[in-house]
Amino acid sequence: MEFSSRARQKHLRLAGDRRELYPHSLQFYLEPPTESISLVEFESFAIDRLKLLKVVENLGVSYVRSTDSYKTKLENELRKLKFPYRALAEDDYEARRKDHISHFILRLAYCQSEDLRRWFLQQEMDLFRYRFSQLTDGLMQKFLEHVNLSFEAVSEDLKTELANELCASTPGLSLPKVKEQMFYKVGLADAVDLFRTRRVFVKDGFAYVPFKEIDAIVLNNYRTKLSKALALTARSLPSIQSDERLQPLLNHLSHSYIGPDYSVQKNTGKISLEQIDSLSVKSFPLCMRQLHKALRDSHHLRHGGRMQYGLFLKGIGLTLEQALEFWKKEFIRGKVDADKFDKGYAYSIRHSYGKEGKRTDYTPYSCMKIIMSNPPSQGDYHGCPFRHSDPELLKQKLQSYKIPPSGITQILELVKGMHYQLACQKYFELTHEVDDIGFSLNHPNQYFTESQRLLSGGREPKKELSTSGNSQQKNNNQESVNLNSTPTSSDTTADTELEGLEAYFTED
Amino acid sequence: MAPFEPAALPELLPVFYRRLFPHGPYGRWLGYGGVVKNYFQLREFSFTLRDDVYVRFQSFSSPQELERELQKINPYKIDIGAVYSHRPNQHNTVHLGAFQPQEKELVFDIDMTDYDDVRTCCSSADICSKCWTLMTIAVRVIDRALTEDLGMRHRLWVYSGRRGVHCWVCDDAVRKWSPALRAATVEYLTLVKGGADTVKKVNLSYPVHPFIRRSVAVVEKYFEEYALVGQDILGSPESWDKVLALVPEEHREALQGEFPRRKDSVQRWEVLRGRMERTRGRGAAPCYADWEIMLQFCFPRLDINVSKGVGHLLKSPFSVHPKTGRISVPLDLQTLDQFDPFAVPTITSLCHELDTAGSDGEQEDVGEMEPKRRARDYKRTSLAPYVRVFEQFVEGMESARRGERLRRSDIQGDF
Repeated sequence: MEFSSRARQKHLRLAGDRRELYPHSLQFYLEPPTESISLVEFESFAIDRLKLLKVVENLGVSYVRSTDSYKTKLENELRKLKFPYRALAEDDYEARRKDHISHFILRLAYCQSEDLRRWFLQQEMDLFRYRFSQLTDGLMQKFLEHVNLSFEAVSEDLKTELANELCASTPGLSLPKVKEQMFYKVGLADAVDLFRTRRVFVKDGFAYVPFKEIDAIVLNNYRTKLSKALALTARSLPSIQSDERLQPLLNHLSHSYIGPDYSVQKNTGKISLEQIDSLSVKSFPLCMRQLHKALRDSHHLRHGGRMQYGLFLKGIGLTLEQALEFWKKEFIRGKVDADKFDKGYAYSIRHSYGKEGKRTDYTPYSCMKIIMSNPPSQGDYHGCPFRHSDPELLKQKLQSYKIPPSGITQILELVKGMHYQLACQKYFELTHEVDDIGFSLNHPNQYFTESQRLLSGGREPKKELSTSGNSQQKNNNQESVNLNSTPTSSDTTADTELEGLEAYFTED
Repeated sequence: MAPFEPAALPELLPVFYRRLFPHGPYGRWLGYGGVVKNYFQLREFSFTLRDDVYVRFQSFSSPQELERELQKINPYKIDIGAVYSHRPNQHNTVHLGAFQPQEKELVFDIDMTDYDDVRTCCSSADICSKCWTLMTIAVRVIDRALTEDLGMRHRLWVYSGRRGVHCWVCDDAVRKWSPALRAATVEYLTLVKGGADTVKKVNLSYPVHPFIRRSVAVVEKYFEEYALVGQDILGSPESWDKVLALVPEEHREALQGEFPRRKDSVQRWEVLRGRMERTRGRGAAPCYADWEIMLQFCFPRLDINVSKGVGHLLKSPFSVHPKTGRISVPLDLQTLDQFDPFAVPTITSLCHELDTAGSDGEQEDVGEMEPKRRARDYKRTSLAPYVRVFEQFVEGMESARRGERLRRSDIQGDF
């Protein structure tokens, strides 16, 4: 039967009717795609889906899933990244194709370890749950039939007979609601969670599930299938990893930061050294604020701290000359004399600006890199405070920065759940007094740029999600945020931005 | 009846396995009609031998071979494990990770020690006729749920030989259940939660699930006799204080005041129950403390680890209990209320019965004795009724299989 439908599909494809390939906007991803695809499309599809899943993760932590804000934001993201969403439920072949292919590519990248699998499974399930909930009743029925999950509906007579039992067993369902809703007889194996927690009526080996809980059943089914598939994929991975074209991309996908790398400085020279102290309080992410303070206090930083902070400063626009001056002035206050500085530390600063040795222009570290590599030890101040600080100490630090207690609690919750970047986003929201950060944080320099933009009035703090995700692209194209009180010859897109910013900084 | 001496086991076990153990029905049970190829051969058995020597992954090519081996090895104890992907006795030849348990009966183990927090008559391994009622209640509650709620047909309840009962659910579909589904079943059947630190172990809220309601109805039948008369849980201020600790504060004072004025547990319970029932009638803030108390004192406690794992080994029916000498006999649900664990035959008493019963004695005249007569020797002893229960259970499954075959051939049209 499968055979003939595939043959039929192939025939239809040749015949030009592509819609039959994807009869529904939703699917269980049971069959891998079989067409040929360019490496460019391969990569861009994968990256887009990864962005989508990161947004799903972000939203899942910041909002309750059933609320309108969650739904609207997620729908916007789907639309923006050209994945299937509600309005296009009937005819969106391209989006469905992208959905299909990108899912399978990410499977390759995310099957490789227990942690990756768990993350992927969680986000895919949340995404599925949302898209399923958006289907109309008619489409839902059709989809259930399509995936062979059309459970036997309970007849009206039987339902009347069992009405009281159904009402008592199913939380949230009053007698009138029981009468109007459809119930289905589902095998216990398909309704494990509802069965286990006694949230359904059970009789004769079947669970009597109301229509509104069918999504839990479907989700359970999807999770089981995807979990098995991921385990299977992991086993066949060695053969895929041997393909040289795919190997780097797949590694990149599961570990990397995706976005601008702040290596090309379009805004060099816009910051003066005198501004750094106040900038560190207003616009630096916590990790850099911490490093700056440690540097000021001890007049020294060890290697890890110098790299992380030094490259960050380069990313926000410090020129090599400024950097040399900055570090030297500070280190001289400590135990280092001018000569020693010039001989040792200066070299390494020039090196990181690409002026020595290999002449690689080192890129500022992304959050992923800071969180996952080179953890700090005693005497170090680098790393991610949300990841590497003891929660008690983190709490004290936030208190000393006058973060409100409720905000601190939220941050600590996120830290406990290992959502370090989301904790930093919360820190941004609290220090900038906005409800919604408006973008997905992946890079300390991104934090800085966004902060500057917000403070200069270049962005409305409570805007809709249209800025999220896009902000990374915008950063690339964004010309300048002129921070220097003396205008330089760089191009500015918004003079009003400039003025506002100048006024802001001259106040200090 | 001569008392059981563990030291006598080496003498008694050979007699037991030759003349008392019901090899016939036992083999028919585990063969499951030969429907699935090699089902019996892939089954794991484990034996406990003399001096606590324990051997796992025993398997046999037929029930006849099992019988011969039992008579040769004379194990102190037999455990039944899962049906595996390969013959268990060859598991070392199989590639690591490929040897996996595939199917097994769904089993439950209810142990009296888990009720120590609510028993006053005994503790740990001890049981008495007063607290045995708890097992009766447990079997009734669980069996009702297994049949009515979960639709299970072929259940074998067995006395464990000392202080508890086991249940073997043998339906074809259930033997294939995943660990997750087995664990979910135990959760569905669990109402008593909490350890030594928890005072109130049962908490109910409106609306009450039918499973709970029906379980309470079963418990109610036994509660007065067991808890109020037998255990006398409201008999004195110390004991009724423990019970009142489970009642919400707003009702406690009134009851504290009323209790001394009543003459016994039965009357006091009536006061408590009546009060709770009235809150439910009014509908404003229904209180289920009376149900919660009944459940905390009587509802079965299940060990999830026994039920969850497909590979978990459990003591076989008709195995001898090494400490008490009692045989793990099947329970007849029709006469469950009259079951007396102290009347269960021990291996000593059975052998004694054989001696007095006939001229065969303990001579091992292998040539002379007819296998048929030897195999049916149990019929001359008090083991007979228990074997009958077991046979009925096996016959039940066989007739169900026949019915299924007929149904299928009807559908397919072969005759």
